[in-house]
Amino acid sequence: MSKRIDVEHLNVYYGDFLAVEDVNINIDSRSVTAFIGPSGCGKSTFLRTLNRMHEVIPGAYAKGKVMLDGEDLYGKGVDPVTVRSMVGMVFQRPNPFPTMSIRDNVLAGVKLNNKKISRSAADELVESSLKGANLWNEVKDRLDKPGSGLSGGQQQRLCIARTMAVKPDVVLMDEPCSALDPISTIAIEDLIHELKEQFTVVIVTHNMQQAQRVADKTAFFNIEGTGKPGKLVEFDETATIFQNPKQKATEDYVSGRFG
Amino acid sequence: MSTNLSDQEQKQAGEKPASALADAASAGGRAGDKIFSGLSLGAGIVIFLTLAAVAIFLTWQASPVIEIPADEVSGGNGFLSYVYPLILGTLMAAIIALLIATPVGILVALYISHYAPAKVAKPVGYVIDLLAAIPSVVYGAWGITVLSPALAPFYNWLANNLGFIPLFQGPASATGRTMMTAGIVLSIMILPIITSMSREIFVQTPKLHEEASLALGATRLEMIRQAVLPFARTGIVSAIMLALGRALGETMAVALVLSTGGLQWSLIRSGNNTIAAEIALNYPEAFGDRLAELIAAGLMLFVITLIVNFIARAIIARYKEFSGAN
Amino acid sequence: MSISTQSKSSSSSQRNTLTSGQRPKWLVPVVMVGAIVVGAAVSALITFSVASWAIFAAVLFLIAAPIAVTSIEGSRKGSDAALTYVVYAAFILAVVPLVSVIWTVLARGVPTLSIDFLTGTMGGITGLIDQRAVAEGGAVPGGVLQAIIGTLVITFWATLFSVPIGLLTAIYLVEYSNDGWLGKVVTFLVDVMTGVPSIVAGLFASALFGLILGPNTRMGIIGAIALTVLMIPTVVKATEEMLKIVPNELREASYALGVRKWRTILKVVIPTSISGIASGVTLAIARVIGETAPLLVTVGFLNTVNWNVFNDWMSTLPTFIYQQLMRPVAPTAPDPSTDRAWGAALILIVFVMLLNLIARLIAQAFAPKTAGR
Repeated sequence: MSKRIDVEHLNVYYGDFLAVEDVNINIDSRSVTAFIGPSGCGKSTFLRTLNRMHEVIPGAYAKGKVMLDGEDLYGKGVDPVTVRSMVGMVFQRPNPFPTMSIRDNVLAGVKLNNKKISRSAADELVESSLKGANLWNEVKDRLDKPGSGLSGGQQQRLCIARTMAVKPDVVLMDEPCSALDPISTIAIEDLIHELKEQFTVVIVTHNMQQAQRVADKTAFFNIEGTGKPGKLVEFDETATIFQNPKQKATEDYVSGRFG
Repeated sequence: MSTNLSDQEQKQAGEKPASALADAASAGGRAGDKIFSGLSLGAGIVIFLTLAAVAIFLTWQASPVIEIPADEVSGGNGFLSYVYPLILGTLMAAIIALLIATPVGILVALYISHYAPAKVAKPVGYVIDLLAAIPSVVYGAWGITVLSPALAPFYNWLANNLGFIPLFQGPASATGRTMMTAGIVLSIMILPIITSMSREIFVQTPKLHEEASLALGATRLEMIRQAVLPFARTGIVSAIMLALGRALGETMAVALVLSTGGLQWSLIRSGNNTIAAEIALNYPEAFGDRLAELIAAGLMLFVITLIVNFIARAIIARYKEFSGAN
Repeated sequence: MSISTQSKSSSSSQRNTLTSGQRPKWLVPVVMVGAIVVGAAVSALITFSVASWAIFAAVLFLIAAPIAVTSIEGSRKGSDAALTYVVYAAFILAVVPLVSVIWTVLARGVPTLSIDFLTGTMGGITGLIDQRAVAEGGAVPGGVLQAIIGTLVITFWATLFSVPIGLLTAIYLVEYSNDGWLGKVVTFLVDVMTGVPSIVAGLFASALFGLILGPNTRMGIIGAIALTVLMIPTVVKATEEMLKIVPNELREASYALGVRKWRTILKVVIPTSISGIASGVTLAIARVIGETAPLLVTVGFLNTVNWNVFNDWMSTLPTFIYQQLMRPVAPTAPDPSTDRAWGAALILIVFVMLLNLIARLIAQAFAPKTAGR
């Protein structure tokens, strides 16, 4: 249940504006890849093109190829809805459905799609997903309580459990810890390490220490100035990026000279 | 993980690797999307059709008016001379209502936004909303039974002392069922529109501007003049226009309160009439050419209120752009 | 900042620069008493009445108090005081009619209310019966059951038509239009529809059915169509606002789970905003339930109960009130008709207030539980 991603010559546009220019990147399966870079460099935008979530934004579109184990996400006749059930996403701010209980939140992907699922199968799915998200012990006694009653960190892990329950091949995370306190952040980071045994994980982060802690490989995105498109500057093993980068811009950024 | 899957899920998971992306099973779901977006767009189109139908059917049913010989129209002088006193009467009632409701409405809005203590402001807002909730026919009944008799002596006094002004020319109506009374009832009905819209804008006044003004030693009046009113001006104007639209079309207050008659300047004698009241009073018994006449008058009212509302919306649209730039 | 705190601090006998030159605490109350006394005197000059007394006293106070403040604290403080008093006066002025209306409806409506009045109809009530009732005293003859049923039935049909159209239109505007030109056109049309005078809506429905079924056709369904025209824009506006405040993050969360847009709307967006929508719809019902003019020209009058909107004339509470006031059953003895009108007005107001209350309760009871942390 884990696939590799190969991106070829991808350009992302907002209307006439070129937001991200010519990205080529190969992401291994069962690995954690971090995207770092200054604000507005297009790393979140690029992340969204990996499960076609950018199409939710009016006027946004992408050109190029994104291959999931060799199949092009942008090929003819491909339904973005199918793509998203294979490539899940966790967002910056925890966003459990306020009208649903914890249990229903985990089952949301199944239930919202009106798939029939037996009671016992549902129970198993809830338990395995919550266990996978390291949340089971904290919530097993209050599965029928609203998900919005949890702490921020718990909510975020609930959102991860919800994503896992759909059984995707890839999990994208868009700054998943930026709204959380340090303790919750550690819990999520621990979880990311475990996730990579089942999934391909791609994480956007502003926090360079976090990238060093969780990522096998790191990609540095940069932007030359306002109005210019964002670009992938360098992509390598995390240790290389932070200790021995090839590009001057990367070195300036990771050493804290700008950004 | 797959051990936890139900049969169906296993089947789907099993299908995935083959050609998951171009999965034909998703076609059904896609149709659902199409149907639903089609339905919602259809509802929008129903609104367009309804409005078009309003204009078309009113015009259609009113069209015989052109062919009716002038001396057979009510009043005996053709449709235009039948309808213009009604239009003037409609404007008269609306203007009286606006003259009263505008200052009072804005001041009440100021009271809620800047004078009343926070604990009082909310219930007062409810009370004003309550004013808006009372059905127009109840206002009309109140106007005819309470307000008219109460105002009759006052009209008498006006006629005796200010009778030289054409608006207050006597003899005053003994029942008090006059244009003035109808206007006052209308003003009570449109007051909540002006108050609630003005209040919303007053509350949005940037706190920084208000505090800047107060920090310079301004009194509350000066602060309102410097910070609140300039910010709210366009909003107030559009609130007044919307209230005008409502006043022009309001039927029951006038139909019940006013003792109708021919066009005249005096506001404290019986007489005058509005389009809406004319229709309400006569339509139930009308047939043939009279029906066409009344529908034509209704069409006139539709057009007038349409124009007034357009102006109001145009002002609001401009205001939105303006405030968006902040 | 407020006047009262300033005058409080001035009561300390010590003179200091912050409190010097302020008006004495007693000034404004004294002016008020003076205005009340002089107002009574002026009112007595012309024929005395409580109303003219109140008006004269208020006018005198509004003139005299700012002058008094000006004479001590200068014109800036004087005009500030003037605005304060005018604002308070305007508020009282706005509340007076509301109190008067509600008092009148209660005072004149409550005595009429009885089980017989609520469950009886106007069938068989003639001028003779009314005259005898006036001569002999006793309960008001007749009842309003036919009007209550008519109002409920017609409002039900209007709700049935306008809620789906209004809901779907709002969904189109918020979820599908993407601020495109078509969305702008629909928004504009909804605004136009908001401004359609109620009597014109009635004329339209009447003209439409007049073409199909012949002129002067009167049925409940025609009235329901007229009310639908008035109700749709209110439903659209209320729903639109509620859908707009559903956070985009929830939609994205659903899409990211591979859920289709229409399911996202039906299962995530609408359930999240359902309380706001329900309360908006309830308020829209409250608004049209009191509409009179469109029903006057579309449903006619009837003395007996009629449940069928597709056949025959119908009675409704608003038109019943109008009819009883304008054309009493017994022109020479209008009192029973007037009483019936006020009884019906009380019932109508109770309906409207109940709907408003329900709307508020729905909004509060199911207030969004998003504030989780």
